[in-house]
Amino acid sequence: MLEVKNLIFHPLENGIEKSIIEDVSFTVEDGEMLVITGPNGGGKSTLAKLMMGIETPDSGSIIMDGVDISNYSIDERANAGIGFAFQQPPRFKGMTVKRLLSLAAGCELPESKCCDYLSGVGLCAREYLEREVDNTLSGGEMKRLEIATVLAKPHKICIFDEPEAGIDLWSFSMLVKQFEQLHADKKESLILISHQERIIQMADRIMVVKDGKIESFGKKEKILPNLINEDIGCICMNSSHKA
Amino acid sequence: MADIDEITKSVLEKIDSEGFQQEGAYNLRYNGYSLCHGNTEHITIKRKEDRQGIDVYISGETRGELVHIPVVVTVSGMTDEVYNDFYIEEGAQVTIIAGCGIHNSGCNDSRHDGIHTFHVGRGANVRYEEKHYGEGEGTGARILNPVTKIIMEAHSTFTLDTAQIKGVDSTKRETEVVMGEGAKLFVVEKLMTHDKQSAVSNMDVHLNGSGSSAQITSRSVARGESTQIFHPKAIGNALCHAHIQCDSIIMDHAQVCSIPEIDAKHVDAAIIHEAAIGRINNEQLIKLNTFGLNGEEAEAVIIENFLN
Repeated sequence: MLEVKNLIFHPLENGIEKSIIEDVSFTVEDGEMLVITGPNGGGKSTLAKLMMGIETPDSGSIIMDGVDISNYSIDERANAGIGFAFQQPPRFKGMTVKRLLSLAAGCELPESKCCDYLSGVGLCAREYLEREVDNTLSGGEMKRLEIATVLAKPHKICIFDEPEAGIDLWSFSMLVKQFEQLHADKKESLILISHQERIIQMADRIMVVKDGKIESFGKKEKILPNLINEDIGCICMNSSHKA
Repeated sequence: MADIDEITKSVLEKIDSEGFQQEGAYNLRYNGYSLCHGNTEHITIKRKEDRQGIDVYISGETRGELVHIPVVVTVSGMTDEVYNDFYIEEGAQVTIIAGCGIHNSGCNDSRHDGIHTFHVGRGANVRYEEKHYGEGEGTGARILNPVTKIIMEAHSTFTLDTAQIKGVDSTKRETEVVMGEGAKLFVVEKLMTHDKQSAVSNMDVHLNGSGSSAQITSRSVARGESTQIFHPKAIGNALCHAHIQCDSIIMDHAQVCSIPEIDAKHVDAAIIHEAAIGRINNEQLIKLNTFGLNGEEAEAVIIENFLN
């Protein structure tokens, strides 16, 4: 179980303190899928980065399975079992897709295993193994590869920051199936930051973050009707993918 | 079969990616003389009569053979200058694996200047690999100054793959390529400098033949207080295409100067250059941290792959 307690993040911007995350607390149960949604600029991605240790909060704590990991570095959190998929993953000149997946897995992966992970996110596997993770890959390909890197290793908790962004409709459907399978296995807790109805529909619980605060939080059945009825400008409600 | 000492074997492992064997076509130059050499049906290596070096004759019937011509210097204070000429006949397909390693355990400078000239026949396809490496606990410098001249006849292809792995205190590389009609050149230059090392690489590529093309890629990492200067130049004298790309990672107190130069002397010459120098991208480090690698491990992975 992950417990986030009283997180506050007020970074300085041009010498002026800015309130980005304002006393946020919540828990994520084992095997649960939590979807965090809300308007752009509301603090969702920052909250994810605080959980991963990429940003450092001014105060508050993060407890995983009873262990306070607040002072853990990014790699220590990764080794403790947190996986993270970036909204905009970086490119690596000279690194092949196969090498990146092996690094993500923490061991040298056989080609067949790499192909499984790539196919799972809609990439035509063998064509990609020796490709460089550089500008020759499109934004959508990078995004799918990013998700594959998280799938390449078992975690206790996986955080996906807008996994749908930049992905075509066909690949998105495959991605949804991946998340459904992960969720059905109940081996990993999943935290997804998303605006997409199909992803939000999969959630056990939904948290709406706005202006750095939790605006609403609860079971999907309770929160989702409000999201649909109240136009808070954060959800893609059409059945077609709009990312 | 010649006896090879352990230090030399160890250096050979570093500079010959295919694994040096005393079989096939080969010539091992050791402390200023040819320790051993062998020929094949299609490849003949002859010692020069007038000066230090060898002539390598590669017949047009050669298909996919390897030629190993490593150089090892283990004597401190030695200056070794060698002239190697390669005559590659029309239609030959060959890979030449060169490379030089210096093991300097003394206080005097050890230096090797390899002057190579390639005469590449029409339609021939040559891959030339050259790794430079230095080691040894001595205070004497390890210096390598290669000079490479490549004359490419029509429709030939030449791939020049050079790498300076580590341990070379000073290097000055001069490369000149003259290209005929439809000739294709691929250059990949990889360089790592550290401590107070210095490296200079000058390259002139003359695209003289119509339809000739050149792709020149340079990747380097400069650490410590090392300095690097790159000056690749593509001169388009005909309808041609050329692309020069120089990427460098700069660290610590190093200095990198990258000067790609393009010179079009024909209205149909299309030449592009790109150059980038920068520190390791912080987002890359963070991404690798999320895989469980600490800062040092992440940095090593980025450098290793960048120079891959």
